[in-house]
Amino acid sequence: MDELQSLEQAQAAALAALEAVNDEAALEAWRIAHLGRSAPVMLAFSRLGQAPKELRPQIGQAANRVKQALEEAFAARAQALKEAALQRSLTAERLDVTLPGRRPAQGSLHIETQTLREMYRIFGEMGFQVFRAPDVETDENNFTALNIPPYHPARDMWDTFYTTNPGVLLRTHTSPGQIRAMRQFAPQPIRVVLPGMCYRYEQASSRKDIQFTQVELLAVGYHITFGDFKGTLRDFAQRIFGESLRTRLRPSYFPFTEPSAEMDVECVICRGKGCALCKGSGWLEIMGCGMVHPTVLQNGGYDPAKFSGFAAGIGPGRVAMLRHAIEDLRAFYINDVRFLEQF
Amino acid sequence: MKIPLSWLRDYVEIDLSLEELARRLTMAGLEVEEIRLVGLPMPPANPTGIPHEFNYTGLSWEPDKIVVAQIDEVMPHPNADRLVLCRLNDGTAEQTVLTGAPNLFEYKGRGPLPAPLKVAYAKEGARIYDGHQPGQVLTTLKRAKIRGIESYSMVCSEKELGISEEHEGIIILDADAPTGMPLVDYMGDAVLDISILPNMARNACVLGVAREVSALTGRPLRLPERRVPAIGPAVEGLARIEISEPEYNPRFTLGLIRGVKPQPSPYWVQRRLRLAGMRPINSIVDATNYVMLETCQPLHAFDYGVLTRRAGGKAPTILTRRAAPGEKLTTLDGVERSLDEFTVLVCDTAGALSIAGVMGGAESEVTEATTDVLLEGASWNFINIRRTVGAQKLNSEAAYRFARGVHPELAPYGVQLGLERMALWSGGQIAAGLVDAYPLPQADPEVALTAQDVTRALDIHLSLEEIAALLSRLGFTCRTEGETLYAKTPPNRLDIGEGLVGRADLIEEIARLVGFDNLPYTRLADPLPPPVEEDSTLWAEEHLRDVLAGLGLREVITFRMTSAEREARLYLPGSPELEAPYIRLANPISPERAVMRRSLLASVLEVLERNIRLRDRLAFFEIGPVFLPVEGQTLPDEAGRVVIALSGRREVPAWNEAASGNMDFYDLKGIIESLLDGLHIRGAEYEPAGSDIFHPGKCARVRLGEQVLGVFGELHPIVKARYDFLAAPVLAADLHLSALLEASPAGYTASSVSPYPPVLEDLAVVVDEAIPAGQVAEAIRQGGGRLLAGVRLFDIYRGEQIGPGKKSLAYNLTYQAPDRTLTDQDAAGIRQRIIRRLEQDLGARLRS
Ligand SMILES: [Zn+2]
Repeated sequence: MDELQSLEQAQAAALAALEAVNDEAALEAWRIAHLGRSAPVMLAFSRLGQAPKELRPQIGQAANRVKQALEEAFAARAQALKEAALQRSLTAERLDVTLPGRRPAQGSLHIETQTLREMYRIFGEMGFQVFRAPDVETDENNFTALNIPPYHPARDMWDTFYTTNPGVLLRTHTSPGQIRAMRQFAPQPIRVVLPGMCYRYEQASSRKDIQFTQVELLAVGYHITFGDFKGTLRDFAQRIFGESLRTRLRPSYFPFTEPSAEMDVECVICRGKGCALCKGSGWLEIMGCGMVHPTVLQNGGYDPAKFSGFAAGIGPGRVAMLRHAIEDLRAFYINDVRFLEQF
Repeated sequence: MKIPLSWLRDYVEIDLSLEELARRLTMAGLEVEEIRLVGLPMPPANPTGIPHEFNYTGLSWEPDKIVVAQIDEVMPHPNADRLVLCRLNDGTAEQTVLTGAPNLFEYKGRGPLPAPLKVAYAKEGARIYDGHQPGQVLTTLKRAKIRGIESYSMVCSEKELGISEEHEGIIILDADAPTGMPLVDYMGDAVLDISILPNMARNACVLGVAREVSALTGRPLRLPERRVPAIGPAVEGLARIEISEPEYNPRFTLGLIRGVKPQPSPYWVQRRLRLAGMRPINSIVDATNYVMLETCQPLHAFDYGVLTRRAGGKAPTILTRRAAPGEKLTTLDGVERSLDEFTVLVCDTAGALSIAGVMGGAESEVTEATTDVLLEGASWNFINIRRTVGAQKLNSEAAYRFARGVHPELAPYGVQLGLERMALWSGGQIAAGLVDAYPLPQADPEVALTAQDVTRALDIHLSLEEIAALLSRLGFTCRTEGETLYAKTPPNRLDIGEGLVGRADLIEEIARLVGFDNLPYTRLADPLPPPVEEDSTLWAEEHLRDVLAGLGLREVITFRMTSAEREARLYLPGSPELEAPYIRLANPISPERAVMRRSLLASVLEVLERNIRLRDRLAFFEIGPVFLPVEGQTLPDEAGRVVIALSGRREVPAWNEAASGNMDFYDLKGIIESLLDGLHIRGAEYEPAGSDIFHPGKCARVRLGEQVLGVFGELHPIVKARYDFLAAPVLAADLHLSALLEASPAGYTASSVSPYPPVLEDLAVVVDEAIPAGQVAEAIRQGGGRLLAGVRLFDIYRGEQIGPGKKSLAYNLTYQAPDRTLTDQDAAGIRQRIIRRLEQDLGARLRS
């Protein structure tokens, strides 16, 4: 029974040697030594023909058992070494996640564009569509047709840039678009948003610039009331500034509306308690508005006995300033990249 | 308009708090911009925790520290000539007060005064303004020794009490001021600074505001009473009026008072004038200003003696007429003025006396020596006054009111009130009657209104009686006929129109009195109007913005006013653009912003220049109009442009990556190609373009058929050198917005992705250097036909292997059929067709 004994010894010795194997190379050397062609168990197979016939099955089975055991032990060891190696490499590859990321080149829309779109969207849901008109206008459309004849005191309300071409000026407000839209669509009812660049000859300050974008709202129809006008503008103000903010209307004067009003919204910063932004009043003036003046309806081609309407003007610049706490309106058209990148 | 509260109370009872009064006025369209406290206490904060809604300034007088006192004797100071000592009674004790007030010196050393002088007395610890510092600096009265005499209190000037800037002498109160009374109780006041809307010219006076308060609160209006009888010989025959053009001068009224003595007005009159922002002059001029502030009717006082002398001793005739060509007049401010043909003058037979409604002339002014005053109250065409004010660059309180409209009915009323005040403050006897020329009577509209009109406009139901009651509070005279109310405009306002306009005017007044905030909220119930085509153009443009932002460009919005010089930086010498006409401003705010831009590119390059050192990579775009004058057209073409400007690194540099190269022509071209893809524009062609802006070899024109979409390229080195740019190339595109939007199809279809595998192969062809790559790609596409699904250039080679004057272009080709798997024979066939086409069209040969 020498052969059986030596097989057992070979198995014990191989398993003991495997305990000491700690890397791929040693494992391969072990495999050659204990499972290779000249390994004891393999030699036992090759000597099998020389063994006594009656012992052959017994020795053969024993050799198979040993070989299988060694193979399993080898596989287990190989798996363990692989896992250990993976663990080591994962540890070694750990990154500093606080290092800065690699950024793609970023594009952006100007804050005024973004604000305008939000206004278009809100007004769009109320059925208002965009209608645009030119920057360079006639005195007729900018003033006279809007019930502001030459030398009328109301002309003091707008400091105007005139061109060297008599009767041609830079529009001081988007209201000439009212005349253009009415003349294009009368006598059909209309609901339009009139956005555009306007110009005022005045000293630029943190609150106003010589050029600014205005958005005008105009609705003309058969049954439009002061209540519709209040409701529409309140809905707008609350949707753009916040549902919970109160609004109020103060009588005002514009030659092209009557009654005319200023809409105030509760201060977005202090919510009515008074702060520097609202100069302590708790209110912020956001738009001038009113029912369309009968003379303007008439000039636009509508019969003021049958039609009524309302109009409102609001500055997206002012809206953006309030929503993003922008301190100086003049930043808008200077286009410093450090300003643009924030939106 | 500055309205002293005490004055307002003369005409209407006010039981609202100051804060509430200001709020009611503001919410009725009389916006209170500031409340200046002149003695009255600061109102307590609102119980809801909301502090004052209004802006308060000024000084509150402590009742226990600032009182009415009487000076019984003025004594010399033992050690100082320029100081006096006053023996003063503050109602509780006798005090000795030191002062240097010059207006007390005339009483010095006279012994006990027969009539004590009433003064404003501030005790130790009182908070007042420092009279010796400019502006308003608060100080607390402290005990001190001045020239050996102990001083602990003070008799005050107006400046020290915050009434005005006046610090020449102390206030001498009217004799009936009660000694010992807290000064705040005697004359504590507040001034409401109200912004007057252009259609509320009637409220540029105390009575106007009082009428509004009366209408808002329902308290009755008390008009000023007249108590001095006009018992002098009638003015009739003592002056005559000739109006040459009634449309410029609808009414002219004269009154006369004789035997006046101009003197300082009573203190309370001076104080009111100062609080309202005017300077007291003398009791005659003050009376005219007082009545103007009270009623809105400006008055002008002539020295009747001077007029009589100018008329050669006869009764003077006042004429109003327009200025003759070349006529000149020296006004009160000493300026000789050239007059325009529309300037209206008040003249007598000897010549011009004043510019009507604006400013008087020097000669006929009231002086200390005047005894007889001829008082003018007139009404003028407000538009004409405005023109005159504008042309003469001359303004006055009178012109301010006339330029906004003063009702002719106020003229005789104002003259009578003025004569009364003169008699009260200057003595004299008022001549009976007035000389009144009223050739163009004002027709006050009577406006018809129904309850239904009000409901239709305001969504509220008011009965005719309720409507009439509201309008009556503002002075309208109302009558009803059946279902219709007729409201006659009161003779103090010119802002009510006729017919439908008048109806809108009345509805506004009703809304104002009801309160805008008390009217209901509703939502638009009309059916939606039809679509506006312009709307879809806008959204196409917005889509273009999204495409450009998606390509890594930042949107800018620039000024549309510029200067020809700024735009000239963009063009090489000799460029026709340098001669192109501009829309020029007649009144530019600066030479830098004198014209409307012709080039959006020039504006965007300025933005690039401004930011050039701030980032390693800059990429901007703007979409906006340029302004191109067109011969024979009133308004310019406002053509939309799409401008792109790039400079710097291709990629944003990162810490773990070598910096990428600078952007060049092909980066910009890639953006343009992607932009066209974003708009679904297919088949655009690129061709070399000459330009007076761009590098001649690095500039392309992009076309779709015959339509030019724009040009782009690298800035010409000469042009680039004019800007503060860095070494990296500057790339720019100037595209036509409308051409792009028109080229962009309204709709487009997608093709399905073939489920059959593609055949991929490479093809390298050698062509003459002069053949553009675009032609090679086009030949490949034509040769490949519909089974060629993709052509991608991946390499260009030049070198010895292919010989001089040649280049090799290598392409990845993708063949694919929508309905089957291509065989090797299919692929070989396509390849053969492509090669044949390249050989035939371009003389190309396959690179082996
Ligand atoms: Zn606030």
